[in-house]
Amino acid sequence: MTFTFYLLCGLTLAGAVAAMSLRNLVHCALSLAVAFGGLAGIYLQLDAQFAGFAQVLVYVGAVAILIVFAVLLTRGSEPANEPIYSTRWFVGLGVATGVFAVIASAVMASKALPLGPLSAPTVVIRDLGDQLMTRYVLPLEVLGLLLTAALIGAVIIALHDNPPKTGDAK
Amino acid sequence: MNPLAGYLLLSAVLFAIGLAGAVTRRNAIIVLIGIELMLNAANLNFIAFWRFGKNPEAMTGIVFVIFSIAVAAAEAAVGLALIIAIYRHQKTTNVDRLDSMKG
Repeated sequence: MTFTFYLLCGLTLAGAVAAMSLRNLVHCALSLAVAFGGLAGIYLQLDAQFAGFAQVLVYVGAVAILIVFAVLLTRGSEPANEPIYSTRWFVGLGVATGVFAVIASAVMASKALPLGPLSAPTVVIRDLGDQLMTRYVLPLEVLGLLLTAALIGAVIIALHDNPPKTGDAK
Repeated sequence: MNPLAGYLLLSAVLFAIGLAGAVTRRNAIIVLIGIELMLNAANLNFIAFWRFGKNPEAMTGIVFVIFSIAVAAAEAAVGLALIIAIYRHQKTTNVDRLDSMKG
């Protein structure tokens, strides 16, 4: 447990808490980007360079911006004085606390956690590309199909439906 | 403390924060943000177990995380499109008021 781990840990958790508790939705989206950036730093610390940079590209670059666009497109939907939490928020908080208690107790009680190799694993991007093109080529193709279908579906769902012509039966 | 346990606890806290936000907030976009946080907590677990596991040269953890990131991006795109479509019809993104299918 090094100092950088605690620093990145604090950054990630502060961003996550702010994303879940701020009132202004744009601030929530920006806090989410901070949390994703902290997670990318943790991936880099864990010697997973490709996953870290993919996290920056996809989450900080794309998903956070997508959420900001959605916030701006649905702007003005709520009056400012409405409470941001649902009426029975304490039930949800209790469920989340219970889930955390179960996972944390399981982690702390486990005696079989591997200590890991002391030296960092030497994984280069070339090996990753080789694996993706040989062993994991079928999942990769399926993933490409899934992404294409999902993005076409998203465009079709969000398309403006034409207003019904006057005289048409509704 | 075992270094792996620190990462697993961070992941558990992140998951709990995302779950708490997803079930308590009223805005559908924030609910989606909470789900994204939970997915990221799962990704952190994959990376941590890969790094401290027996055979890191196999790269299973990283490959799984790459696939998971791509699927999460597709999920975010479809989810936000659904929220925008619902907003266009109902003029609200408050999940408490979207109860027209309630019996």
